[in-house]
Amino acid sequence: MRPALYFRRRKGKKTMYDVIIIGAGVAGSCSARELSRYQVRACVLEKEEDVCCGTSKANSAIVHAGYDAAEGSLMAKLNVQGNEMMGELSKELDFPFNRCGSLVVCLDEESLPGLQALYDRGVKNGVKDMQVILDKDAIHRLEPNLSDEVAGVLYAPTAGIVCPFNLNIAMAENANENGVEFKFNTEVQGLKKIPGGWEVSTNNGVFQARYVVNAAGVYADKFHNMVSEKKIHITPRRGDYCLLDKKAGSHVKHTVFALPGKYGKGVLVSPTVHGNLLVGPTAIDIEDKESTATTREGLDELIGKAGLNVKDLPMRQVITSFAGLRAHEDGHEFIIGEVEGADGFIDCAGIESPGLTSAPAIGKMVADILREKMDLQPDPDFIGTRKGILNPEDLTLEERNALIKEKPAYGNIICRCEMVTEGEILDAIHRPLGARSLDGVKRRTRAGMGRCQAGFCSPRTMEILARECGMSMFDITKSGGDSKLVVGTNKDRI
Amino acid sequence: MKSYDIVIIGGGPAGLAAAVSARKEGIGSILILERDKELGGILNQCIHNGFGLHTFKEELTGPEYAGRFIDQVLELGIEYKLNTMVMDIGADKLVTAMNREEGMFQIRAGAVILAMGCRERSRGALNIPGYRPAGIYSAGTAQRLVNMEGFMPGREVVILGSGDIGLIMARRMTLEGAKVKVVAELMPYSGGLKRNIVQCLDDYGIPLKLSHTVVNIKGKERLEGITLAQVDQKGKPVPGTEEEYSCDTLLLSVGLIPENELSDGMGIQMNPVTSGPKVNERMETSIEGVFACGNVLHVHDLVDFVSEEAAAAGRNAARYVKGQEAKGNGHIVSLNPVQGVRYTVPCTIDPDKMDDVQIVRFRVGNVYKKCTIGVYFDDEQVMSRKRPVVAPGEMEEVKLEKAKLLQYPDLKTITIKIEEA
Repeated sequence: MRPALYFRRRKGKKTMYDVIIIGAGVAGSCSARELSRYQVRACVLEKEEDVCCGTSKANSAIVHAGYDAAEGSLMAKLNVQGNEMMGELSKELDFPFNRCGSLVVCLDEESLPGLQALYDRGVKNGVKDMQVILDKDAIHRLEPNLSDEVAGVLYAPTAGIVCPFNLNIAMAENANENGVEFKFNTEVQGLKKIPGGWEVSTNNGVFQARYVVNAAGVYADKFHNMVSEKKIHITPRRGDYCLLDKKAGSHVKHTVFALPGKYGKGVLVSPTVHGNLLVGPTAIDIEDKESTATTREGLDELIGKAGLNVKDLPMRQVITSFAGLRAHEDGHEFIIGEVEGADGFIDCAGIESPGLTSAPAIGKMVADILREKMDLQPDPDFIGTRKGILNPEDLTLEERNALIKEKPAYGNIICRCEMVTEGEILDAIHRPLGARSLDGVKRRTRAGMGRCQAGFCSPRTMEILARECGMSMFDITKSGGDSKLVVGTNKDRI
Repeated sequence: MKSYDIVIIGGGPAGLAAAVSARKEGIGSILILERDKELGGILNQCIHNGFGLHTFKEELTGPEYAGRFIDQVLELGIEYKLNTMVMDIGADKLVTAMNREEGMFQIRAGAVILAMGCRERSRGALNIPGYRPAGIYSAGTAQRLVNMEGFMPGREVVILGSGDIGLIMARRMTLEGAKVKVVAELMPYSGGLKRNIVQCLDDYGIPLKLSHTVVNIKGKERLEGITLAQVDQKGKPVPGTEEEYSCDTLLLSVGLIPENELSDGMGIQMNPVTSGPKVNERMETSIEGVFACGNVLHVHDLVDFVSEEAAAAGRNAARYVKGQEAKGNGHIVSLNPVQGVRYTVPCTIDPDKMDDVQIVRFRVGNVYKKCTIGVYFDDEQVMSRKRPVVAPGEMEEVKLEKAKLLQYPDLKTITIKIEEA
C-alpha cells in the first residue's frame, strides 16, 4: 500500500493522478464528490462539454423508495441507502428534492397479488412506511385523478422527486471546489496497464492514474471490456418522455407508477420538482449508444399508455418530448468494484434505474473502495456544503430589492416563461464548472425550459454567454461540439 | 406606491395604440410597461413592408408603422418604462413589476389594458419525433436573429408551417443567401395570407407542400436533415410518402399562442378557442376595468386591426376611469359562433353600451368557397354577406349597428355562421 499522491506533484512527467473517473454523469460526479472528502488527486474525464449530458440528464427524476429491486441485490441496498441520504444531501448541496411519495397502481383484482409481492419485497429491502390501500375512496382521497378502475395501490411515502440536473451539477461543483479536476470534451480512447496504475489516452492528451473508475454510463461495457476478459454487455434501453406545461403540474401529487410488467416500470406520471408534469418512459432496446432520438411509435405508445392509470391527462399541454438511454446490463444489477484481473480498475457499471436514487450511495461505495485501497486520509479542508444558484423567487421583497440594488442583473428577466433573471444566468456561467452552452445554462437555471422552449430567450442567452465567456456568437453552441446556433452573418455568402 | 389611471401591459402595437387613444380621451395618467429594450414590440423585427394599408393608406415596414405610434406616444408625453417585466397583476389591479433600476415595485392602476402579445408554438408542442439538435428555430426567433442582430441561423432551410411569419422568413432567408428548400403545411390549406404566399414563395420558386409534415429530425449536434411525409385527412403521416431533405435549419411557423400567464393569474375568464380573455363590446374582460387587445386577445393577421381594436380598448378604459361609461339595463346579448365560425371577439354585447357600429371579428375553421356569412338575431336572419372564399388564415368581420340591436329588446343571441351554397 502506497500513500496517495495528493502532496506529490512530479514535474516534467505525464500528469499522474491517484484516481481518474471516466464520466461526469451522476455516478461519476457522486463518486468524485465522495472521494473529495479525502486527500487525493483526482480528475474526471468527460467526453461532452458539461456534466450531466448523458443518461443523467434524461430520466424520470424519481427518487425510488426501493421495493422494485430484487431482494438481496446491490441495487436494492444502494436504492434504499440513496433514498435515505437524499434529504440531508439536498440541504447540504442545495438542490431541489421533494419527498412526494409514490403510488403503484393496480387496475384489476387479479393482479393485486403483484402489489402485495412488491410490498413484501419492499419490506425485505428495508423500505419504510409502505401501505397497500384497497379502499377506492381512500385511494382517490390520496390522489383524486387516478383512474376510476383502480383496484389497489401500493403507497410509498418515502419516494420522491429530484432535479436530476442539479443533483449531478451540485455533486460535481462540490467535488471541484474540494479539489477534483474536471476535463471536458475529453473522450477516453484507450486504457493501458502500466506499473502501479493505468495510462488513459484521450483525444485531449494522455493521463496516468493509479486507479480508474469506470462510470461511463452506456459506454461502461466498452471500457470494462478493454481491460477484462470477462465481458459485460450494456444495452442502451431508450425511454421516451413527454414533459407537460406547469398548468398540468398539479394533475397528480404523487409519482404514479403502473404495476411493473415485463419492461420495467411501465409509464409513470409524475410531478417534477419545478412544477411540470412528466409522462414516460417507454422501454425500447436499441444498439446505438448515441441514439437519443424519439420516434413516432415511441411517443404514440407513451400517449396511449399514459392515460391508463391517470384520468383526464391533458396531453395537449406537452411542451417538449425527449429520450434518454438506460445503461441496461444483461444481469440487471449494478456492477461496482475492482475488475478481476485488472488491478486498480473500478467498475461503476450497469447504473440504470434506480441509478439516480442510488447515486449518492454509489458514490460513497466507490469512495470507500478507493479509501481502503489507498488508505486515504480525510481532507481537513473538505467543505461538504454548496450553495446552489440563488433563485430570487425564494427571497422576500425586501431581500430581493436589496439584491437588485447591489446586482441589477437580478432585476432583468431573460427567460420570461420560467422568470429567470440575468443574475441567475451570470451565476450559472461564473460558478465552478460553469455553463458554456445554452443547454448548460438551461440545466442550471431553467432558462429556456418553459412553455416557449427558448423561443424568446435563446438570442439573449447567447449574447450573455458570448459577452461573459469572451466567445464569438459563432462559437456559442446549444450543447457543445458542432451544435452551433448561428453560422454566419447576413449576405455573407452572396 | 405610485398610482396611474391606466396601466398598459406591453408596448407593442396594441399597447401603443391603446395608450394614444386613452390619452386622446383625456386621461393624463397613463403608464406603459414594456419588457423589451424599446417600444414597438414584434414590429421591430418585421422589416418587410405591407403594414398600415388600412390605418395610414400607405405601405410601411414594421418599424415604420411602430414608429408612427411611438412618435404619438412621445408627443403626447405618455409615460413608459422599458426593460420592465410585469410579474403579477392582482384582481384588484395592483401591478407588480421589476426592472434593473427600481427592483420590484408596485403600481396601483385604475384600469389595466392587457397587451402582452403572443408567443410561437414550439417544436415540443407538436411532438415531432427525432433528435433535438441545434438549428431548429421558431420562425420569429430566426427573424429576430436575422433582422435585428444580423446573424444567419443556417444555410439550407426547411420551413414547417405556412403561418405568415414562416412565409415572410422564407423570402427573408432567401434574400440573405440561404436556400429555402420547401415549406410544408400540415393542413390542406395555408395558415397565412394569400398575398404572402404569392410574394414570399411563388416569386422565389419555393415549393409549398400542403398536407405534409415533418416526421423525423436527424443530426445529434447540428440539424442534418428532416423527413417529410404526406398526411391523411386526420393529419396522420401516410406510410410510403416519406421524402428526405438535407438541411441545417428547420424553421417552425406552426401557430401563435396569446401570452396570458398574467391574465390567468388574475383569474380572468378565458376563451379556450382563442386562448385569450373573453371580452365584451368594450374589450373589457371578466374583471371590471381590465381590458384586452391585440394578439393577447386573439391572434391577428394585420396590425391595422390590432391598432383599431386597441384604440377601442383605450377609449373604453378611459371612459371607465372617468366614470363615463354608458348606462345599461343589464341586457346582455351573447354571440354564438357556429357552423364553421370558430369564435368571435367580442363574446357578448350590451346594446346600450356599444358604439354606434360594433365590429365583430372571427376566424373560420376551414376553407369555404362561394359561401355566405350569415348573421342571425335569435332565429331571424338579419345579414347575409356573400364571400367568394373564406379561409382560416384570414380574419373575417361583420359590423353590427347599435340602432339595429336596439330594435330587438328581447334579443338573447346573435349567431354567426358560414352557409355553403
